[in-house]
Amino acid sequence: MSEVERFSINKARSLTGRAETSGENVSRIRAIFGGAVLAFLIAAAIFAPLIAPHDPVLDDLLLINMPPAWLNSNPGHYGIDNPWSYPLGTDSLGRDVASRLIYGARVALIVGFSVACIASVAGVFLGALAGFYGGWTDAVIGRVVDIWVAFPPVLLSIILVALLGTSLTSVIVVVAVIDWTRFARVVRADVLRQKNRDYIEAARIAGSSEISILIREVFPNVLPLLVTLFFFEVGIAITVETILSFVSLSVSSGSVTWGDMIAEGRRVLNESWWVMGFPVLVLIATILGLNAIGDAMRYYLDPVLSR
Amino acid sequence: MLGVSVVVFAILRLVPGDPIAMMLPPGATEETRQNLERLYGMDKPLIEQYFIWLRDVLHLDFGMSTQFRLPVMEVIFNRLPVTLELVLLASIIALTLSFALSVLAVWIQRDGATLIIDGASGLTQAIPDFLWALIFIFFVTLYAPSIPISGRYDPRTAQDFITGFYLIEALITLRLGTFAELLRHAILPAFALALPLAASITRLLKSALEEAMSEDYAILARTKGKSRIAIILGEALRNALIPVIALTSVQLAFLIGGTVLIERLFSLPGIGSTAITAVVNRDLPLIQGVVLVFAALFIAINLISNGLYRLADPRLGKTDE
Repeated sequence: MSEVERFSINKARSLTGRAETSGENVSRIRAIFGGAVLAFLIAAAIFAPLIAPHDPVLDDLLLINMPPAWLNSNPGHYGIDNPWSYPLGTDSLGRDVASRLIYGARVALIVGFSVACIASVAGVFLGALAGFYGGWTDAVIGRVVDIWVAFPPVLLSIILVALLGTSLTSVIVVVAVIDWTRFARVVRADVLRQKNRDYIEAARIAGSSEISILIREVFPNVLPLLVTLFFFEVGIAITVETILSFVSLSVSSGSVTWGDMIAEGRRVLNESWWVMGFPVLVLIATILGLNAIGDAMRYYLDPVLSR
Repeated sequence: MLGVSVVVFAILRLVPGDPIAMMLPPGATEETRQNLERLYGMDKPLIEQYFIWLRDVLHLDFGMSTQFRLPVMEVIFNRLPVTLELVLLASIIALTLSFALSVLAVWIQRDGATLIIDGASGLTQAIPDFLWALIFIFFVTLYAPSIPISGRYDPRTAQDFITGFYLIEALITLRLGTFAELLRHAILPAFALALPLAASITRLLKSALEEAMSEDYAILARTKGKSRIAIILGEALRNALIPVIALTSVQLAFLIGGTVLIERLFSLPGIGSTAITAVVNRDLPLIQGVVLVFAALFIAINLISNGLYRLADPRLGKTDE
């Protein structure tokens, strides 16, 4: 392992290991904030048809660029009585911004969690394999990881999605294929660190098989870090999906994404700031919420930290 | 690097999307099509295509861009300076900001100040450069429309430059008015790129400095009557630098990746935004060239930082022998 690589792993640790300096109170605040954001998003995604005030893809050319309700001084101008039926205003095609945000949470969460699941399972498996068996297994996996990280991830995902065709599945597959190395590196380093410890040796002498040592002894120690990385990955995947749909390379038209809204809002920013402002705000809250949950989980799951 | 080239080539050729079909006008004959294929060497078997391409790349010939009808090298060389200047400016901003903040935090030593700097850097780090760029564009468009958010310079004040490095050239030739004008265009994208990096360097440098300040040599210097700021700048900083170099180099690689979107958002004609148009237009030779250039930059940064690293920590060179 080169020095740089070692430090990049240490950096991953220091990024995720913020709990070391923060105590119980900070962790509780993080858990509450992150939990609230996530609960809100999940509820919005599941019950979208029930809570969204309007059809998110329905154009209404009479209601173009209507400002948010509290700024809408003249709802009669648009032919409606109650401005609060369009709480966050409408975009340049007269679609309801709030409803689009709510439906957009669906794509965001599906992509975020699917990617994090696939990437973490693949990364943990390959990383553990490389760390535990060493030798040529490690060399091959290590080489692949090296080649992988030499590509700018955003560029790579844009190229891959463009070539695979734009669909929900290809976005998920592409981002997972790019991001599994994040998990593999951390797990490999941790397995390497632990495999020569006394308690592993003791288990081996006691007759445990390699696999059961890996699962029973090594894995629990990496788990807190993995959970944190998992939530970070959800946030990263959601950001990448937004970026892809921002450059019109994500899920096919028909479904609503935050990236589409941002791209649209960017064009009409001069006339109607709310079309871009609200999705950016929601995205920031989502990322911060997921990071907060990840940090809090690490504090609660790590027996050393929470003692 | 060879591995990278194989992967790039394989990915781009094995997936659907026909670049020749995109170049042809509607109603073109099969004969025209075959001529074009021959012109771009796409009629040969895949393995042979790879080796031809590899041989040409080693001669610094990346082929012709199907989109611009220009040699890929020329397209890249025209646009690379924009990206490099952006990355350079962003690194300068990130390093200045983070060094100033972390030295300040360790020097002041007050809980309140530390808490503010910690909190701010935590928040800043969590938000990716793409979002920072959008936030800047949002507020500038609404509240300060005089600040430019698109392009490298004002086309009305277009000037002649010998090199592609406009900013550096303007500075060296002391055209300060032009320099200021260019800087006004470059500052927002550079800041968007720099902020997350600045935040992570600040976090690391601050904790490294704090650790160094509690070491014996720092305490000794203090008992000799040196002031805190003199110890921080004179002794602690050098030791705290080692992990910072490693982190910065890893992050710098991400910075280069980040230019792809930042250039697109601020309409800068660098290789990042070129990459996106190349992808959209299925310009395979150009994509291959750009991706290789990115990978080469990445590897170069790693090599440089490994070298710097050895300079900063003399112990490393010895243990390796």
